[in-house]
Amino acid sequence: MHKLVTENITMKFGSETIIRDVSIAVDQGELVSLLGVSGSGKTTLFNCISGIYTPVSGRVILDGEDITGTTGHISYMLQKDLLLPYKTIEDNVALPLFIRGVPKQEARQQASAHFEEFGLEGTQKKYPKQLSGGMRQRAALLRTYLFSDDVALLDEPFSALDTITKGKIHKWYLDVMEKINLTTVFITHDINEAVLLSDRIYIMTGKPGEVRSEMKIETPRSQRQDYDLTDEFMEYKRQIVALLDERER
Amino acid sequence: MSILAILVLWECLSLFEVVPNYMLPSPAQTVEAFIGDFWLLMSHLKVTLLETLLGTVMGVVIGYASAMLMDRWEPAYKAFYPIVVLTQTIPAVAIAPLLVLWFGYKMMPKIILIILITFFPIVIGTLTGFRSADKDAINLMRSMGASRWQIFKHIKFYNALPNFFSGLRITVAYAVVGAVLAEWLGGFAGLGVYMTRVKKSFAYDKMFAVIFLISGISLILIWLVDVLQKKCMPWENAEPIKRKRDENKWIKN
Repeated sequence: MHKLVTENITMKFGSETIIRDVSIAVDQGELVSLLGVSGSGKTTLFNCISGIYTPVSGRVILDGEDITGTTGHISYMLQKDLLLPYKTIEDNVALPLFIRGVPKQEARQQASAHFEEFGLEGTQKKYPKQLSGGMRQRAALLRTYLFSDDVALLDEPFSALDTITKGKIHKWYLDVMEKINLTTVFITHDINEAVLLSDRIYIMTGKPGEVRSEMKIETPRSQRQDYDLTDEFMEYKRQIVALLDERER
Repeated sequence: MSILAILVLWECLSLFEVVPNYMLPSPAQTVEAFIGDFWLLMSHLKVTLLETLLGTVMGVVIGYASAMLMDRWEPAYKAFYPIVVLTQTIPAVAIAPLLVLWFGYKMMPKIILIILITFFPIVIGTLTGFRSADKDAINLMRSMGASRWQIFKHIKFYNALPNFFSGLRITVAYAVVGAVLAEWLGGFAGLGVYMTRVKKSFAYDKMFAVIFLISGISLILIWLVDVLQKKCMPWENAEPIKRKRDENKWIKN
């Protein structure tokens, strides 16, 4: 059984169809990317999966259970870290635990246990504005992880970072994913990022947003040190560019 | 510095009798009057401060609760917001005598006037704060299954704090003035009552003394609000981490 499935999701705002018949399936522990240009409805799909929107038709299925239009199951992380400026990092990442009703002290302890793993030790009592962009994205990722160590949706989480920081955080990310084994759906418009981080890639085109093709990256994620310099990487990239180009015509 | 210059100018004005002394007492005379009447002033001040405090606290509570109500239920917002704005167009000077007429010469009318004065800046400020909370952050909390109350507690409450405090800062200064105004129009004790008495006896030195006392008190109250705000919002003054530490050490190469 797949971990997370969307079945023919269609979403409209008024008469405008944003996404049409989007079906994706993600297995346990898999990292799947949705790659597409802006306006292909990737974020709308995320809002449908997390339950913020109820799709016009189609279903969202988590562990075999229909969760269409209900919140509290799957959370997401955006390009904006959305850390609350008035809470310490510790309280920010523990927020999902507070929401679940875990007592404050206990929630902080649970959160603190992961600080090292996420490269955040020593920042517990700091405020978000005291941290660099890269650190804040890690805190946001930890918050997402503490909400659910099961499935996470990441919406262009690293696109606001500069290229060098981004390169570093990609390595870090592969590393931490190896440890925590989170099932992830990852939105990006960056082809390099998609090939570097994913097990599989869904290529989306607009408008309305539809899944046009699917691609599997054969090299396991654990063996992707300097993967972006290999011929294989370039070959994947060429294929994707060709696919996207083809849709343009 | 500029205040000092004004004081010197003022002292000169009365020293050289540019303005007759009985109309404009010199700063020195004002200080003298203040010291002479110190205990009497303090006893009146106590009354005024108590009224201010009670009125402000009640006004803040009612204002905050109304803002919460209007944020929670759109119909409440539509129904009450225009009324809230309307109340503000009625000058305090006009309602104060009515309040004295209705509620007598004791503390009640003063407190009610202060509540009316306090209410508006608090409602408007706080409501704006609630409504301007980051929609994305609220959606994120919803995706995590947060209830309305949790969203309020974790996001809206904090988001409204700066607005709340700027409202409060305006309000405390007005509240003192409001209390004095209401006392002036009728009462048994308080700085306003003291003012009417010294006015009737043409003791302008004492009049000036009490004017300075009132602005001094207002300044102190504003300062107290600032202190309170700093205490309640420690994140505002958090210093960025010194970037000595190598952030990259967390990343395996």
